[in-house]
Amino acid sequence: MNAPRAFRYISTDRRVREDRRFVVGKGKYIADIAAEAMLHVALVPSQHAAARIVSIDASRALALPGVHGVVDGAELAAACEPLMNGLDTPHVQRYPLAVGATRYMGEWVAAVVAETRAIAEDAAERVDIVYEALPHVIDAEEAYKSSSTPVHPAHGSNVLLDRVFNWGDVDEHFAASDSQLSLRVTWGRNATVPIETFGVLAQWDPWGAVLDVNASIQMPKYADQIARALRLPMNGVRVHYDVDVGGSYGVKRGIKHSVLTGYLARKLNRPVRLLEDRLENMRSGDAHGPERIFDIDVAFNSDGVINSMKMRALDNAGAYAGRAPFQLGKPIGAIVGPYRIKSVHYHAISVTTNKAVEEAVRGFGQSPTNYAIEAMVDRVAEAVGVDRIEVRRRNLIRSDEFPYLIPSGTRYDSGDYHTVVDKVLTHVNWPELVAERDRLRDEGLMAGIGVAACLEPSGGNSSFEPLLNPKNTTTTWMESCRINIDALGDINVAIHTTSSGQGHETLVATAVGEALEIDPARIRVTRPDSLSSLPGNSPVGSRMAIMLGGAAFKAAEKLKDKFRAIGAHRFGCAVDAVNYCDGNLSHGEQSLKWLDVVAIAHRHFHELPPGAEPGLEASFIMQTPTGEALPTPDGRVQMYPCHSFEFHIVLVVIDPELGKPDLRRYVIGHDCGVVINPHIVKGMTLGGIAHGIGAALLEEFVYDADGQMMSQSFMDYLLPSASEIPHVEIVHHCTPSPLTVFGQKGSGESGYLGAPAAVSGAINDAVRALGIRFEKLPIRTTAISDAIAEAKLKGRLP
Amino acid sequence: MKVLLNVNHVEHEIDVEPRLTLLDALRDNMRLTGVHTGCEHGVCGACTVLIDGAPARACLIFAVQADGLAIGTIEGLAPAPGELSLIQDAFCETHGMQCGYCTPGMILTAHALLRENPSPSREKIVAAISGNICRCTGYGQIIEAIELAARRLAGSNAGDAA
Repeated sequence: MNAPRAFRYISTDRRVREDRRFVVGKGKYIADIAAEAMLHVALVPSQHAAARIVSIDASRALALPGVHGVVDGAELAAACEPLMNGLDTPHVQRYPLAVGATRYMGEWVAAVVAETRAIAEDAAERVDIVYEALPHVIDAEEAYKSSSTPVHPAHGSNVLLDRVFNWGDVDEHFAASDSQLSLRVTWGRNATVPIETFGVLAQWDPWGAVLDVNASIQMPKYADQIARALRLPMNGVRVHYDVDVGGSYGVKRGIKHSVLTGYLARKLNRPVRLLEDRLENMRSGDAHGPERIFDIDVAFNSDGVINSMKMRALDNAGAYAGRAPFQLGKPIGAIVGPYRIKSVHYHAISVTTNKAVEEAVRGFGQSPTNYAIEAMVDRVAEAVGVDRIEVRRRNLIRSDEFPYLIPSGTRYDSGDYHTVVDKVLTHVNWPELVAERDRLRDEGLMAGIGVAACLEPSGGNSSFEPLLNPKNTTTTWMESCRINIDALGDINVAIHTTSSGQGHETLVATAVGEALEIDPARIRVTRPDSLSSLPGNSPVGSRMAIMLGGAAFKAAEKLKDKFRAIGAHRFGCAVDAVNYCDGNLSHGEQSLKWLDVVAIAHRHFHELPPGAEPGLEASFIMQTPTGEALPTPDGRVQMYPCHSFEFHIVLVVIDPELGKPDLRRYVIGHDCGVVINPHIVKGMTLGGIAHGIGAALLEEFVYDADGQMMSQSFMDYLLPSASEIPHVEIVHHCTPSPLTVFGQKGSGESGYLGAPAAVSGAINDAVRALGIRFEKLPIRTTAISDAIAEAKLKGRLP
Repeated sequence: MKVLLNVNHVEHEIDVEPRLTLLDALRDNMRLTGVHTGCEHGVCGACTVLIDGAPARACLIFAVQADGLAIGTIEGLAPAPGELSLIQDAFCETHGMQCGYCTPGMILTAHALLRENPSPSREKIVAAISGNICRCTGYGQIIEAIELAARRLAGSNAGDAA
């Protein structure tokens, strides 16, 4: 295993450069970007879970002064291509507005464009729509039945994906095991719910034939999708990447908003901006996360060693297909978690229902899967009567087994799981923590300790696409960087994506500074628009430290090669005999300073080596370190290249009268390889844990049986405040990845991937004595207090 | 309706519809876009401004109600172009943000807290910012920023959080 290298700027305590503009209120968010003569959009939502649209009468709306137009789905369907589906489901068609029928409460049926947002909202109330209610289906199990009402009748059923994988000798391993048990756990429908809602501004230039798009977007292939839907060439769509995105964590994929706004801008020949209000965001923004039922059978020995697992994962994708079903595919790359489970049977099912559309959420399905795996391990520990940590230790992959091939075909790059566990146990003083829990119990409180170990696959390729959709043969998910050293010797680096808080400008300045041995503070980072950009796939899948950091470093290495070639020509020596140090070149007694090289490259063609291009520019388009091969016919594939590890310990205390959980201590051991900026990684981890605590205890989009959404505001959908989030202690460990330029791994999803499992485990440890077991997230205070009250009634209080 | 708004010690007379919120007036009429729109129902705190020195939700007050009140926004905190206030600098030092969207509201809340209580306990800081939701950071580095700012204020004898 390679040890971490010594670095100049990587891993050092350096400020995050983006912060300066944010603290003075000078971030450039979508709502801050206005165009001359801009029009505004308000949406008309469906009140029905499912209904046929009988008629739409916009005459009263159009009569209102200041209203410029009202469009409906029929008009859009005639003018646009359907939005892209991830799976091969051509009859599950989705347009920005409902076409002919509405399939979830809140779905946009018409869009009103007016001089101001206020006028548009007034007019939206005057669009008269006649509906004929249709039967609906809300529950995923119900939707999976062949007798259920199909949300898309043309598709013939509600099943988007129904795929069985068998990796290894599952039956044999079950037969040879001492015991087995079954469990069901459910992950409630939550999402990341950024504080900034989604917004997009589109402007059409009819003479230049270009659609300019500014958006608070975090999505791969965004410009491509707009171009396809609007039947434009891709070089007829200019996406501006210099927009600060006010949080996303996966969900800011407003493709329907963008296609709608682009269409309106072309039709009305005016700039058009759509900014979701909070209600539009929560019920209609198509930004809910996975909602998943796991049924697990696990086979294990009496010592707690787990041999095999059968997992059925049923996901409620909502009313349209989108990219959501892929969130059942990504976890295949870590389907055994950090454990040496020898074989897996995996049944992945995605169904449509009359709920809002599911979109990518932090971890792309991995956090629910990790929660299910960890609930399973806790149950095995309970069954064999062995301590939960000891059972994990017996099953964790050992550091000398890497690279480790898991049954589903992914090779884990590196890890040192036992050491991380040991460091955390030492840090937390495990015997003392257990004693503390028991003291609290003696005081009459319910106290519990939760434990979770899990992986964060990172460096996102898109191997789940060909795995789940045979018509998709994508084997690259590249990222790019371009460096230009200008005529005065100053360094300019271009990146080709928006950012939503990940600090990519800091990342690339650090990587380029490290390679060029130049203070990153001297490096300017810019974001050209999509027409001036190299190909990329946006900051998804915990990939940018690996992919953008990698591309930046490799581009800088190419530049250094140009420097060395210039030096070799001057010095009359071989290129590899030229020494590069702090931006200066030397060979024996001869030397060239940085500015000398700049002068040669920019002004002295006669001093350049033969065949060399003038100037100092280098670009690098980086392929993901893995994922270049298509899946095997039996469904094995190399998913993401790198695997970060986290180990959580939580102490929770519940007041038996109130049922309110109080997180008294939270410790995470985190190993994401070489950290590029410690402040950024720390923030990601703490933020991920807070998000995971929300998923575990508070956050859920609740629908009633009629398909009405009950949690439409922040009064009902509860976001954790500083009062709910404990102080978190981080224990660091560094196992470099052999696959990346610095040994870095991803960390954008860290914390979130294990916190729900850990918090759930802590609460279950606290209430176990009452015979209570919580098997669905979120575990809200009301659920806890109800369960305690019921236990009291049954006389089960200890 | 005509309304006289005193924002960052400068008076602005603007003509607004009675239904216009202070938030929209600041952003759209006065182009002070450092104040952010989050939930528009008074929960998230992204639209926090200072009214007579105390944090308030600009989404829950109409512009016409703010007539004559002293309003402070994030644009009024930096001592000079290119410079940062002590609290702003502390937020940069600890990276007390990620996407930056809640940051202006968070900093204004911290500003009001430290003016009232120059050396708050962790509990007081948590209570003060519990009305400002941050989805990125999990609050840890925000709390550290405010603690750092308090320590530096104590050391600087500045006597003013700005």
